[in-house]
Amino acid sequence: MTISIRSVEKTFGRFPALNGVSLEIADGELLALLGPSGSGKTTLLRVIAGLEFPEKGQVLYGDQDMTYTSAAARRVGFVFQQYALFRHMTVAKNVAFGLDVRKGQAKPSKSEITARVDELLKLVELGELGKRYPAQLSGGQRQRVALARALAVNPSVLLLDEPFGALDATVRKSLRKELRRIHDATGVTTIFVTHDQEEALELADRVAILNKGAIEQIGAPHEVHDNPAGAFVCGFVGEANRFEGAVKGGRFKSVDIELAAPGVADGAAVAFVRPHEFVLAPADQASLSIVTERIAPQGAVVRVDGATPSGQRIEAAFARQSAGQLQPGAKLNLSADRAYVFSA
Amino acid sequence: MTATVTSEIVAARRPLVRRRSAIPGFAVTMGVTLTILSLIVLIPLAAVALKASEQTFPEFLHAAFNERALTAYRLSFGAALIAAVINGVFGVLTAWALVRYQFPFKSLVNGIIDLPFALPTAVAGIALATLYAPNGWIGALFAPAGIKIAYTPLGVVIALTFIGLPFVVRTLEPVMRDLASDVEEAAASLGASRFDTILRVILPALGPAWLTGIALAFARAVGEYGSVIFIAGNMPYKSEIAPLLITIELEQYDYAGAATIAVVMLAVSFLMLFVINAIQAWARRLGQ
Repeated sequence: MTISIRSVEKTFGRFPALNGVSLEIADGELLALLGPSGSGKTTLLRVIAGLEFPEKGQVLYGDQDMTYTSAAARRVGFVFQQYALFRHMTVAKNVAFGLDVRKGQAKPSKSEITARVDELLKLVELGELGKRYPAQLSGGQRQRVALARALAVNPSVLLLDEPFGALDATVRKSLRKELRRIHDATGVTTIFVTHDQEEALELADRVAILNKGAIEQIGAPHEVHDNPAGAFVCGFVGEANRFEGAVKGGRFKSVDIELAAPGVADGAAVAFVRPHEFVLAPADQASLSIVTERIAPQGAVVRVDGATPSGQRIEAAFARQSAGQLQPGAKLNLSADRAYVFSA
Repeated sequence: MTATVTSEIVAARRPLVRRRSAIPGFAVTMGVTLTILSLIVLIPLAAVALKASEQTFPEFLHAAFNERALTAYRLSFGAALIAAVINGVFGVLTAWALVRYQFPFKSLVNGIIDLPFALPTAVAGIALATLYAPNGWIGALFAPAGIKIAYTPLGVVIALTFIGLPFVVRTLEPVMRDLASDVEEAAASLGASRFDTILRVILPALGPAWLTGIALAFARAVGEYGSVIFIAGNMPYKSEIAPLLITIELEQYDYAGAATIAVVMLAVSFLMLFVINAIQAWARRLGQ
């Protein structure tokens, strides 16, 4: 199911949560809504689900206007941050709920429901646990139950609110792969909200980055990482050292660094350099120098923390071989292979 | 071959009294608890049973189950049950209103609910009796229709409803507050109607706490004395409650007879406690 969001606006009291958001989600796509807390990403998800209603704009499922249709009538699968399982029901009853509450003709027979529940529990790899109660499950297992319950109604779209937020790192990693597998197996259009960029970049086909109730950029993970559309995206996605300064005649200058800034208008600007895009350079070609404070080898790279003479913290990362014999306290001359400069 | 030198490690002596826990104070707290329990609860209760056993068995049976006592039990337990059910219904609604909505004077309403806890029961009794008497404000409304409230079993039910209300509300409130709204949203997103959501998701989740509250209100109502005697009229075979019968027999120096009724009430109370605990154990199993 294609989903179109058209200039949606939503305020809570006087606080604008969504500021004219437009977004197209292709059929079968896996989209991440990424943003800091308060960026409106959860509100957008809830508007798509029909749990909140916008003041302005439209929500279309296919070519049907669903803007003011209730969640119950939209046939969405929603997975809540805290799972929202029904505690007094067994796992199987939880999964069957969406089918059990159907009325008359639409309600499948008992055996059909049982078969569907079994199939779903197998899909989320909880085949044996149908008779347990939610309280008897681990966090990761509850998450799977919530997912199976949402999928039971054959939703036209699957919506997940911070699906891995409450889980520990190991479980999170494996469930991430699991969600991708389930998405690929069912082909259902899926939108999930996260504040964890690693999660968004690893899992999603496309990432929409939200800030202050508006979408800053939409694109494939490598696009938003390598070609950020603005200062916010650049600073939020991936690691970056931030410099504040000014552009004059195609050159960016701050207290600490000087960079080429072709095509950026004169005036105040911010520049970003990712840690791995710093390279060691001879003193006469360097664009900044730092005093190293901490050197931490991490797998194939060596991470260096340091500070410029003006006191700004700098993070850099070098390949093991090129790092040579770095010493804490030593002065390093760096130049940037690549920098992002935006007018402020 | 070289001789091996074994250095002897002396095993630590096991203490004579094994420590049960790293938290200190077990012996003191347990001792005080048992002493108080014995002095205040167990010994008096044993004395009641002992007093009742001074009679022969047929005497006991007669004292416990004569016509007058039976009507008194019926009224006490029947009225308490009706009052508990009434409180069950209105308690849910009241708790729902308090947890879910913001309205003016909410904290005042919240305080009024606790009034039956705090008010001396005799005060409540007098107030209710005055209001519901045939010439009272409320009683006068019903008197023309021939409905008498005060000085009848109906009056007893009203007094017992009054004192039981906070139990249901206060047991339900925290559970309702914990019942996250996302559970309701989950039900809605799965296609459940509002009615289905309440019937299949909210009420079952509240069930254990609700039953506990009703059971507590019932247990409290069975033993209630102060507020009832003013409004009940206290006519033998008609509007006389079991606790009052105990008082009456005491006043007639029939200590064994009074103890006998007390023993019956005690047995029922134990049964109630057992039921309440069973409900709570069941609720605990359903999860945090």
